[in-house]
Amino acid sequence: MQTKELQDIASQVRRDIVRMVHGCQSGHPGGSLGCTDVIVGLYFQQMKINNRRGKGGFLTFNMDATNEDLFFLSNGHISPVFYSVLSHRGYFDKAELATFRKINSRLQGHPTTHEHLPGIRIASGSLGQGMSVAIGAALAKRLNGEKTTVYCLMGDGEQQEGQVWEAAQAAPHHKLDNLVGIIDLNGQQIDGPTEKVMSNRDLKAKYKAFGWNVMEIKDGNDMEQVVAGLRKAKRLLGKGQPVMILLRTEMGAGVDFMMGSHKWHGVAPNDEQLAAALAQLPETLGDY
Amino acid sequence: MTKYPFTEKKDTRSGFGAGMTELGRTNPNVVTLCADLVGSLKIDTFIKENPERFIQCGIAEANMIGVAAGLTIGGKIPFATTFANFGSSRVYDQIRQSVAYSDKNVKIAVSHAGLTLGEDGATHQILEDLAMMRSLPNMTVINPCDFNQTKAATLAAAEHKGPVYLRFGRPVVPVFTSPDQKFEIGKAWMVSEGKDVSIFATGHLVWEAIQACEILEAKGISAEIINIHTIKPLDEKAILKSVRKTKCVVSCEEHQMNGGLGDAIAQTLAKNFLAPQEYVAVDNSFGESGTPAQLMEKYGLNAATIVEKALKVISRKG
Repeated sequence: MQTKELQDIASQVRRDIVRMVHGCQSGHPGGSLGCTDVIVGLYFQQMKINNRRGKGGFLTFNMDATNEDLFFLSNGHISPVFYSVLSHRGYFDKAELATFRKINSRLQGHPTTHEHLPGIRIASGSLGQGMSVAIGAALAKRLNGEKTTVYCLMGDGEQQEGQVWEAAQAAPHHKLDNLVGIIDLNGQQIDGPTEKVMSNRDLKAKYKAFGWNVMEIKDGNDMEQVVAGLRKAKRLLGKGQPVMILLRTEMGAGVDFMMGSHKWHGVAPNDEQLAAALAQLPETLGDY
Repeated sequence: MTKYPFTEKKDTRSGFGAGMTELGRTNPNVVTLCADLVGSLKIDTFIKENPERFIQCGIAEANMIGVAAGLTIGGKIPFATTFANFGSSRVYDQIRQSVAYSDKNVKIAVSHAGLTLGEDGATHQILEDLAMMRSLPNMTVINPCDFNQTKAATLAAAEHKGPVYLRFGRPVVPVFTSPDQKFEIGKAWMVSEGKDVSIFATGHLVWEAIQACEILEAKGISAEIINIHTIKPLDEKAILKSVRKTKCVVSCEEHQMNGGLGDAIAQTLAKNFLAPQEYVAVDNSFGESGTPAQLMEKYGLNAATIVEKALKVISRKG
């Protein structure tokens, strides 16, 4: 897919995000906007997923993901971007995005398998658990003799959870070279800048010390850099080490007044702010 | 009463180990994980015969639970093993989100449950795990009573689709159930029929209940002993059938009085058929160091206490 096409998808996903969060007056727009480019890059360019279509023309979803690449969203609060990407990729009707966080919806506040939404393979939201699950899935793929790749996205604030480091030591120990971790380095969390709340210090040095092959994507909101970075990560696999991508993003990317602070981590825009945000985001694939 | 002669004593954890050995040979999807307690869990043979299907997780139980959840996505049937304390209370949120809420086919198989862990003391003697696990939607909770039943329960857990918490223990106890039993999850086992009092017991307390039944028989009291090996789903039908006959209940478990088997039974009775109940359980207290037998006596988890409670509950019948 051309970079322009991916950028167009990302623009629509960003519109969806702000509209979804506005629609229920809750949710997490900041991190969702910041991670839009990488999740679009993964689902529309990098990942090998089953393209068979079934009922209603939607993608056939198999929990076991045999011979498919896998993605786990550990920082589940950025569910709006995940849901939007899954719907545009073809897992379910984008009209369902309007039900986000509302009663009787499959689009829960944080992703869940409980409501059987196609594309979701684990519940996440309580932070720090996704990488462990990704490790298990990567071990299963190795046991099954697959050559596929498992991706896991985490937040930088999430790195404060202890379980993250249990997982960080386990993946290199088991020489999981079919596993790519991605850390969304936006430097913000609910209570303020990550450096102030609880400094991660040098994540690159930490992951290296734990035995990961660490690489960076300097601008995680530049689609060309994202795609090139994901390709590079793939090339680094198969060499006895898991790969960790430090992805520098801007919380709120794409909506000027949501960028540059932690303020929009978990706040919904009002009608006026929604209009201002949508004016900055071209409608490329049609709103839900 | 039905007699249960026994010829040997074995630990229930070895029953688990024997079950895992069999599963290693018969079910290629079974994978075992352990958090640095391989010897205690008796899984050496499984590991020796299936080294590629064993995942050593180190002393990092939270990660182990997540890894187990991930393995199910590739079609594996993971058994995550450690001590009961570290496989329940330490990792409750991991079990809640990544296993129970996600409805993953993970088997959490834990040893050294309860006071009979012994000398290590209260830090390791989990007495709250049944309460935590039975409160989780999607979770099946099993606490078998001897070597043979634990082996059979292990095989049944692998067959069952969905999360299972399988709890067993450290000390050697009489082997009195059949070696070729078919373990049915959620189906109580009638140990001995009686008419004066229903004694519902789980885990190590089943043998104590049998001993108590003999003492009561000598006093002219006919006790019905039912083994509730599956705490959840609870065999309400068997419980109510027995209590409708005897009109009173003693529940016996190596667990806190709060939230365990006794409370599960009380809930059933409250909803369906009121009857006086006495608990043989730890009364709002932590354990301590000592031999298993000393601890079970001090905390009232033995045949003598069951007899005492049975007499008391019979006297409370209207």
